[in-house]
Amino acid sequence: MPRSYLTGCQAVAEGARLAAVQVVAAYPITPQTAIVETLASAVARGELDAQMVPVESEHSAMSVCIGAAMVGARAFTASSSQGLILMHECLFMASGLRLPIVMAVANRALASPVTIFADHQDSLATRDACWLQLYAETCQEVLDYILIAYRTAYHPEVMLPVMVCLDGFFLSHISEPVSVPDQAAARDYLADARPAYPMLDVDDPRCFNVMAFPDYFSEFQRDRFESMRKAALVLDAAFQEFEASFGRSHARVEGYRTSDAQFILVGMGSLMGTVKQVVDDHRREGHLVGAVRITAFRPFPESEVAGLCRNATAVGVLDRDVSPGSGGILFAEVSKCLYGSAPGPRLVSFVLGLGGRDVTEETVTRCLEQLLTPAAQVLGGAVHWPDANTATLRKWGLGDADGDKS
Amino acid sequence: MTQMAISLSRLANEEFVAPGRSGCPGCPAVMGARLAMKVLGKDTIMVNATGCMVANYGYCGAPLFPFIHSLFENAGALASGVESGLRALGKPDVNVVVYAGDGGTVDIGLQALSGAVERGHRLVYICYDNEGYMNTGVQRSGSTPPWASTTTMPEGRRDWQKGSIYAARKDMVRIMAAHDIPYAATASVGYPQDYVRKVEKAANADGPAYIHLLTPCIVGWGFPEAMGPKLARLAVDTLAFPLYEVEDGHRYRITVRPSRPKPVAEYLGLQSRFRQLGDDDGIIEIIEKQLKRRWAHLQDLAALAGPGKEPGE
Repeated sequence: MPRSYLTGCQAVAEGARLAAVQVVAAYPITPQTAIVETLASAVARGELDAQMVPVESEHSAMSVCIGAAMVGARAFTASSSQGLILMHECLFMASGLRLPIVMAVANRALASPVTIFADHQDSLATRDACWLQLYAETCQEVLDYILIAYRTAYHPEVMLPVMVCLDGFFLSHISEPVSVPDQAAARDYLADARPAYPMLDVDDPRCFNVMAFPDYFSEFQRDRFESMRKAALVLDAAFQEFEASFGRSHARVEGYRTSDAQFILVGMGSLMGTVKQVVDDHRREGHLVGAVRITAFRPFPESEVAGLCRNATAVGVLDRDVSPGSGGILFAEVSKCLYGSAPGPRLVSFVLGLGGRDVTEETVTRCLEQLLTPAAQVLGGAVHWPDANTATLRKWGLGDADGDKS
Repeated sequence: MTQMAISLSRLANEEFVAPGRSGCPGCPAVMGARLAMKVLGKDTIMVNATGCMVANYGYCGAPLFPFIHSLFENAGALASGVESGLRALGKPDVNVVVYAGDGGTVDIGLQALSGAVERGHRLVYICYDNEGYMNTGVQRSGSTPPWASTTTMPEGRRDWQKGSIYAARKDMVRIMAAHDIPYAATASVGYPQDYVRKVEKAANADGPAYIHLLTPCIVGWGFPEAMGPKLARLAVDTLAFPLYEVEDGHRYRITVRPSRPKPVAEYLGLQSRFRQLGDDDGIIEIIEKQLKRRWAHLQDLAALAGPGKEPGE
């Protein structure tokens, strides 16, 4: 299999080209990525037979994808940050209509204040839109996940749209060696990725998105809730089949040196490379540390996370996002998985890497040291901000960096 | 009248809407959709923006053609996707029609519509204009005549007297014509022959086509339920709603010319939404003057098209 140096954006575009997408709609909202222009040049060179629809907004980008998918065409778009939340309304329509749309999200923070840099606030703000969400750590995963996403989205047990999330700049604009699958093998992998039945079809006319009164609405919600649950097994099968076809192994959750780990850091996306490095360093010093990387945030791998973390002494969750009034979004998900396990690990919440702040080995080390601190010395309930700048916070009257305003 | 004699009897006998729809009896917007489908035929996909037609079609599945209710503001974009998808799948012969109200067109849906026609998707966009948000409780829209009472502006607009000849409501056909699309027109359910001919022209246009269809609203305008078509006709006969078309963005042609326009008071007096105007002849006079100025301007535009270049003759 040929290896090329591809940015995350190029890896997305290669994935979409190999998936033979038929309609691509996108809008260059700030922050924009190079994904769609790469696809446009593939179309111009005749390497991809797709309709490019250069829409006037992200809201329309998703609307075009919905229309195209409604007639059975394979639709693709890419978005980010402000664009993703502008299309928020359409995300629910896409999943409610059970459309197999795949969207790449180059994760970036949300204004205000204005930023163009990475964090997970944008896609996590769409958490309940009933889209599968896969978070990549490498550019290779980005490409592979696009193919896996289409295979899963079309599966009759699933029929839901999928976001493939890649950290803005850290993955979208960084080149890494990527194995590009063969076109014929990709076609075989997606051979069954077809609409389950015709939707807008003049030979079989039906009405869509009509009114559901209170006597039906719950059942529609329950139906898609169950499909999202089943998507876990369908994803597992898609991963297995992918490994059989292309030799690369992926999973909904990855445990790293967790078998005997007493202290575990949980996180998503590109920062996990740094976390694994710090885990290795601490292992060399004799600490029983490990890491858990969530790939599939939706459907959330509850039993898998519980199995990996249940017997640890302490689990720290690294959130590149924050839900004011609550805490880390991922932290809440992980806590739920571990509720009721006795005695259960001590849970610590870290909010870090916001708005493009680099998550360094030093920051991750600070988190691990917090985990290693005996429980009695830690104030409960705090959200820790391990990379916040103490000097700035003091100047603004917000106390010290590491959580507890005293 | 210089209206062309097109017989409604040559329209398809086939009905594309099942009996039992769930809207108001006598609704002119429903007549507009039914007539359009008789022209467009069964190989048509309809995209319908949120509005009265969802209450009409969307509760009971009355359409016997593929139908999707979009969101409020994305009908133009969703239809673009349908058209692009059909193109990608090699099915270019299917008509794509949008049927959307004035709220979903002139207000919240204007951006998506502008994008769709600018990109040149082959679709027919019919705005059924009942001059307000009638499904949600008669709120004013950008297409409400300024002198009409609505729940959000019970007194109507008081700045209209100073207004332009377009009487301070959005003129969608001029906006669409400014996109240089092949075909844009006004129509009225009170002149069905004219409307049907325009739907035919729109369906045959090589690119986006737009029809702004006047559909009086029983609830929002306040008139007896059998009076819709009569009012839709009076609107044209009193110059309150002129019927014309624009080809390629610049060739204007008036399609129905009332030989002797009726007094606008005849039109206004039949609707309770104008009751708040009272008996002040001064206001009626100003409205008359405004409508006549617009009519004169339209005639100027039509004259520019030139006598030998009248389209479709």
